[in-house]
Amino acid sequence: MKRKEAVRFFSAMVLISLTVALSACSGDKQGDELSSVITVGIPQDIEDSLDPHRAVAAGTREVLFNLFEGLVKPTSDGDYIPAIASDFTIAENGLVYTFTLRENVKFHDGSTVTAEDVKFSLDKCADTGSGSPLVAAFANISEVLILDEKTIAIHLFTPDTEILASLTTAIIPAANASPESNPIGTGPYLFTSRSPQENFVVTRFADYWGDKANIETVIFKIIANSDTIVMDLEGGSLDMVPRITKSQSDELSGRFNILEGTMNLVQALYLNHAVPPFDILEVRQALCYAVDPFEIMLMISDGKGAEVGSSMFPAFTKYFIEDLNNFYSFDIEKAKQLLSDAGYPDGFSFTITVPSNHTQHVDTAQVLVEQFKRIGVQANIELIEWETWVAEVNTGRNYETTVIGLVASTFTARAMLDRFHTDNRRNFNNYSNPDFDIALENALASADDLMKTFYYKECLRILTETAANVYIQDLPEFVAISNKFGGYEFYPLPALDMAKMYIVD
Amino acid sequence: MRYTLQKLTTMLITLVTISFLVFLSFHLIAGDPATKMLGTEATPERLAALRTEMGLDAPFLVRYVRWFTAFITGDFGSSYSYNMPVSAMIGDKVPITLTLTFMAFLLIILLSIPLGVYTAKKANRLIDRIIMVVNQIIMAVPPFFAGIILTLVFGLILRLFTPGGYVSYKTDSLKFITYLFFPALALALPKAAMAIKLLRSSVLAEARLDYVRTAYSKGNSTNQVLYRHVLKNAMIPFITFLGMTLAEMIAGSIIIEQVFGIPGLGRILLTSIANRDYPVVMAIIILIAFMVLVVNIVVDIIYGLIDPRIKQRDFLSLRSLERKQRKSKASFGKNVEKMPFFRTVKRLR
Repeated sequence: MKRKEAVRFFSAMVLISLTVALSACSGDKQGDELSSVITVGIPQDIEDSLDPHRAVAAGTREVLFNLFEGLVKPTSDGDYIPAIASDFTIAENGLVYTFTLRENVKFHDGSTVTAEDVKFSLDKCADTGSGSPLVAAFANISEVLILDEKTIAIHLFTPDTEILASLTTAIIPAANASPESNPIGTGPYLFTSRSPQENFVVTRFADYWGDKANIETVIFKIIANSDTIVMDLEGGSLDMVPRITKSQSDELSGRFNILEGTMNLVQALYLNHAVPPFDILEVRQALCYAVDPFEIMLMISDGKGAEVGSSMFPAFTKYFIEDLNNFYSFDIEKAKQLLSDAGYPDGFSFTITVPSNHTQHVDTAQVLVEQFKRIGVQANIELIEWETWVAEVNTGRNYETTVIGLVASTFTARAMLDRFHTDNRRNFNNYSNPDFDIALENALASADDLMKTFYYKECLRILTETAANVYIQDLPEFVAISNKFGGYEFYPLPALDMAKMYIVD
Repeated sequence: MRYTLQKLTTMLITLVTISFLVFLSFHLIAGDPATKMLGTEATPERLAALRTEMGLDAPFLVRYVRWFTAFITGDFGSSYSYNMPVSAMIGDKVPITLTLTFMAFLLIILLSIPLGVYTAKKANRLIDRIIMVVNQIIMAVPPFFAGIILTLVFGLILRLFTPGGYVSYKTDSLKFITYLFFPALALALPKAAMAIKLLRSSVLAEARLDYVRTAYSKGNSTNQVLYRHVLKNAMIPFITFLGMTLAEMIAGSIIIEQVFGIPGLGRILLTSIANRDYPVVMAIIILIAFMVLVVNIVVDIIYGLIDPRIKQRDFLSLRSLERKQRKSKASFGKNVEKMPFFRTVKRLR
C-alpha cells in the first residue's frame, strides 16, 4: 500500500540522514596540516574600536599590538626600542625629543611612512578638543614639528622622562579615512578579515621593516563559552589560549605547554573613601589586617599569584616595593583592636560590588567575606554586569567597595598612580590625601629620573600607610600553547606578540 | 481578505510595541555604548564628548523616533562595537541560525511522527513502555546539557566531530552542515520527545471517538483507520505544538550556539546586549519577533488546509460567536447551558 511505503520512506530518510551526517563527520578528522596557521582563543571580540588610538580594552590592545607600532615599541622586559624611528635624541633641558624616522618603513597598504603621518597621529592623540587628549601624557606636548622629511621634533611644556612610554602610540597613515573599520599600521601582521563574534584574522606583512613573522596566518578566535576551552584545545580547534584558569590547565594533556606568568595588575578591595566608615583610617587598616592574601591565592588559584602591598605590580621592578607587602601582615587581634578604637567594637556591614564576568574577582570577594567575618564585619556581595560596573562604580562612584584589578594603560608609574590624586577624574576611590597629591605632583614635575622614582615610591608608601585600599595580589596568568608552537613571551603590558612565535619541528 | 488585513495590522502593532519596549529597556538600564567603549578610561568629559559624537546625547524619544524612521526606510544603522552596518553584520549570521533551527525542526519531524504513531499503535506493550521511559528522560534534559553530553560522547570519546571546530558556510557548506548536526540534535531532542508523547496521546484520544468505530465497521484495517482517519485529526494539536516549537527554537538556538561555539545570531545578540549596542539588538529582536509571527500565521494557514472547518470559525467568526453568546447569556441567564456550542464542548471533554 501507498501509506506503508510512506512510512518506510520516512524511516529510511531518518536512517540515511543519520548515517550521512555521522560518516561525513568522521571524514574530516584526519587533515592535520601545518600550513603555518595558529588559532588563538581570545575571551572577547574587539568591540571598542579597531582604531588603535581609541582602543582601550586590554583584550583589544593585546591583539592590535601585532598590527601597529609607534616611534618606539616596548620589549618583553619593559624597555623601549626604536621602531618607526631609527633613533632619537633628547635635548639637555628635557623639553625636546627629536626622532629620526627609519628608512622605508611601509604601511600595510604599501605606502611609506612619512613625517606627516607621524605628526598626524601624534596630533590626533594630543588634541584636547574633547576635553582631555586620547593619550593623557600628550597633554604635555606643546607642538610637533616636522624638521625635514625624515626628522620630527616633539616639544614639551615640562620635562617628562616617562613620555617615551606614551610614544609607543600607534602611527597610522594620515590618508586613511576610516581607521575604525580599516586598520592600517606598520606592524608585522596585517588585518585580513573579521567576522563579529567569530574571528579576527591577520596575515604576515611581507614588507615589514624588521624581523618578519614566522607564522603566516594568525586566527584570533573568539571563545564563546569558557567551559569548553579544554575541549576546544584537545579537539584541535584552538592551538593557544592565554589566560586559562588553574583548574583548566590541570585538565589539559601533555600535548600542551602551560606557561605561567602574572597579569600585571593590582587586585584589591577598592574602597570608596567618601562613604562611611571607610573615611576612618583605623577601619581601613583593620580590613587590611583581616585579609590574608595567601589564603585567597590558595582558594582561587591553587596558591599561585603574587602578593602586592600597594598600587604597583611586581613585574614593574623599578617601582615595586616588596617591604610594603608586610606592612599589614595578617593579624586578627590587631584588626579587632583597631575596629573598637574606631568606634566599631561590634563590627559593621557593607557591600562588595563585583563585576560578574570576572570570575577571579568574584571568587576573591567570596573569600574576603569569610575573612571579614572573623573580625565581626559582615560583607555582602553584589554581582553586577560589567557595563553597570563601569557606569555605577567607575564613573558614577556610587558604591561602597569593589574588587577589581587595575592595570597600567602604559608602562609607566603614572598610569598606576595618577588616579589617586584628589582632582583626578578617574579617582573612583574618592581618595584624597594632601601628602600624596604633593608627592605625585613632584614626581610628575621631576626632570630627573632618580627624583621621579623617589617621589613615585613615596606615593606608593603613602597609599599603603593610609590603607587607601585593601591590596591583595597580582593575579597569576596561565597560557596554554600546543607543543607544536614555541616562542611565546610575556610582556608587562597587554600584548600577544605573535610575530616571535614559531612552529616546533 | 479582512482576516489577512487584521492579521497584518496585529503583526505591525506587535512589532512596533516590541521595538519601543526594547528601546525603553536600553534607556533604563545602566551604561551605554560610550561607557562600554571607554571602560575604565571613562571620565565624565570623555564620555560626554563621545556621546555627542555618537548622537547619544539627544532625549530618549527623539532617539527612538530617529531610529524608527531610519529603520522603516531600511536603514538599520551601524553597530557601535564593530563599526559596520547592522544589515551586513546580521545578514551574515541569519543563515547560520536559520539552518540550525530548520535542521533541528526537520529532526523533530523525522523523529516524532514515526515514533509517535508507532508507540500509539503499540500502546501499553513493552516496546511502548521502554520508548516512553526513555522519552521521559530525554524530555527532562535541557538542550544545553544535552549539548554538553553530545560533545563529550561524540566529540571527545567517539571523535565524530571536532568540538568548537565550526566551519563557516562560506568556506565549506558541507562541513558547515555536518558541524551543525549535533547542535541541531541537542536542540531537537527534548522537543522531539515532547512531540512524540503529544502525538501518541493525541492519536490515542482520537482512536476512542465514535467515527473510528464507524471506520472499522466499514471494513478498514487498523492501518487504514490510523493513516486515513485518525492521524489527520490527531495532527491538529501536533501542528500547534510544532508551530510553537519552531518559534521557541529560533530563540532557543541562542543557548545551543553558546555551547557549541557557533557564531550565529544568538551570540551577536548576547554580546550586543552586554555592549549596549542597541542598533544590533533592536534589529535582531525585531527579526526574531517577525519570524515568530510569520510562523504563527503559517500555522494558521496549515490548520485551514488540514481541517477546513477551522477556516469557518476563524478569529473573526469566533469573536462574533462569543458576542452572541454573551448577549444570550444576558437575556437567557442560566439557559446558556442549552446552547448548542457549549454542549459540543462538553461532550468533547
